[in-house]
Amino acid sequence: MTGTVAAGSWVEIGAVVLAPDARAPQVPDDTRTVPLELRAKGFLAAPARVGERVEILTAAGRRLAGTLVAANPAYRHGFGAPIPALAGVGREARALLERDAEADGSGEGEP
Amino acid sequence: MSGDGSYAAVMARRDAIVRASVGIDYDRYRTGVLAFDYERLLADTGYDMESARAVQAATGVGGTPLLELRRLTALVRAVAAPGKGARLFLKDEAKNPSGSFKDRRASLSVYEAKRRGYPGVAAATSGNYGAAVASQAAKLGLPCVVVQEAFDSRGIAQPEIAEKTRACEAYGAEVIRLSVGPELFYVFLRVLEETGFFNASLYAPCSVRGIETLGYELALQALDLCGRFPDVVIVTHAGGGNVTGTARGLREAGAVGTEIVAASVDLAGLHMASDRDFNRKSFTTGHTGFSMPFTTWPDRADVPRSAARPLRYMDRFVTVTQGEVFYATQLLAELEGLERGPAGNTSLAAALAIARELERERVVVVQETEYTGAGKHPIAQLNLALSLGIEVRRGDPRDNRPGERIVIPEHPAQLAARAVDLDRVRRSYLRHALESLPEHAPLEAADYAFLVEETRSSRAYVEEVLHGLQGTRR
Repeated sequence: MTGTVAAGSWVEIGAVVLAPDARAPQVPDDTRTVPLELRAKGFLAAPARVGERVEILTAAGRRLAGTLVAANPAYRHGFGAPIPALAGVGREARALLERDAEADGSGEGEP
Repeated sequence: MSGDGSYAAVMARRDAIVRASVGIDYDRYRTGVLAFDYERLLADTGYDMESARAVQAATGVGGTPLLELRRLTALVRAVAAPGKGARLFLKDEAKNPSGSFKDRRASLSVYEAKRRGYPGVAAATSGNYGAAVASQAAKLGLPCVVVQEAFDSRGIAQPEIAEKTRACEAYGAEVIRLSVGPELFYVFLRVLEETGFFNASLYAPCSVRGIETLGYELALQALDLCGRFPDVVIVTHAGGGNVTGTARGLREAGAVGTEIVAASVDLAGLHMASDRDFNRKSFTTGHTGFSMPFTTWPDRADVPRSAARPLRYMDRFVTVTQGEVFYATQLLAELEGLERGPAGNTSLAAALAIARELERERVVVVQETEYTGAGKHPIAQLNLALSLGIEVRRGDPRDNRPGERIVIPEHPAQLAARAVDLDRVRRSYLRHALESLPEHAPLEAADYAFLVEETRSSRAYVEEVLHGLQGTRR
């Protein structure tokens, strides 16, 4: 990310909204040691490099200013690896159902 | 930006900003020092059941199926005493346009924003409601801003909220993502002030009116499918709108004997405004971090008087553990072929426990589901938990410790709906009421009547509790 990002590119900006010493009186101690930060996305107003102060035009048509964080920012959330502690749940439940159906000879779930 | 943008200055302007952004003069409804005319506030939305359903139907909202969970019912019966194990049903709200019941809340609000000529809509929410408002705004051609609490100071996003960011952006909304803290409300006020957009508050009367259709529909569907109204409806409980609207809709349909159970994930010990605890919750809503404060004092909302007043409507308030909800989510997928949640699966976990104690002919309804996907899934939440050093294992759900250990039950008979003491909740509500009074302001007759309605108690109860509290005040 060393090059110049073209005007009109979809980008993400960041900004500090409240410095630690300007935070609300009721925030807990751990939160008070860090700033309130903002991230927003939009179309870059003028060519710039990551780290520079820029303006964007948001999806709602607003102009917001901040530091250029990323061009074409990715969605990185996902699922990850299967969780072993959940892996047996369905098999165990099906076994319980089968045992119960055998025991009383009734159908499943009929009222 | 108009005026001074400092935290203190913006908060000092909050009443004027909120009044302009919701278009409601809440002072008009005041009937005492504390009391206000709740029914008139709702009636003045101009919507009744028929007109609310018509507005919702126009954008494809509502009319979701009520599904019988036959295999889960059989599972409950397999671990219940003879003759026990109620029929389980699920209202599949994932079928709404943006994938949750929140479309019902958003539809009337966005419709009103358009009708009243606001230039756009804004909502402060990290949850499904943001996607619902963004979806409705897209349908009605209004610009939309959603303000979310989204990531901690290390930049780690809560996976479920990351998915909602993506969904809101997919619907063409601007999303303001913030780090942890209650100053989200301050940022939201600045957005409202700068844009002049409509505040599609979760706590505005239109929002609750929109949920009434859910209770109404499920009452009539149960009557159609089972020949009786539901015996029990279990509602995942956070800010109170879901409980309030569902219960009101049930009553309107004539289901006056249905027991309303509010269910929340127990997150005791985690601080909701803590940067450290933010990603250790493993749940973003439907938990006690919202439901306790909003039940004991609903007017902490982003409007002066919340239209969501859950203590008026709940017959029971129960909690379940994180691990029980993940377990129930897995059972729903593997036994019913329904991959849903997390929303709704809190009440599903409670339903599995409650149905076990009821006779077989009884009808228990879990009143919502939501779409699932990347981030919004037990696997995503548990992988984040593991990366933060939280233990995840099978065992007895009573060993679950929010933020430290998530225990997935080993057997369906271990599921339990743990009762919250409603007397303590009522006393806490009355303490907050007392604390909100101006110094030396005496309560009027209307205030006593209001507090009796709010706490579903009696004048003698309210007087006794207030008298006891006054002795310890200040």
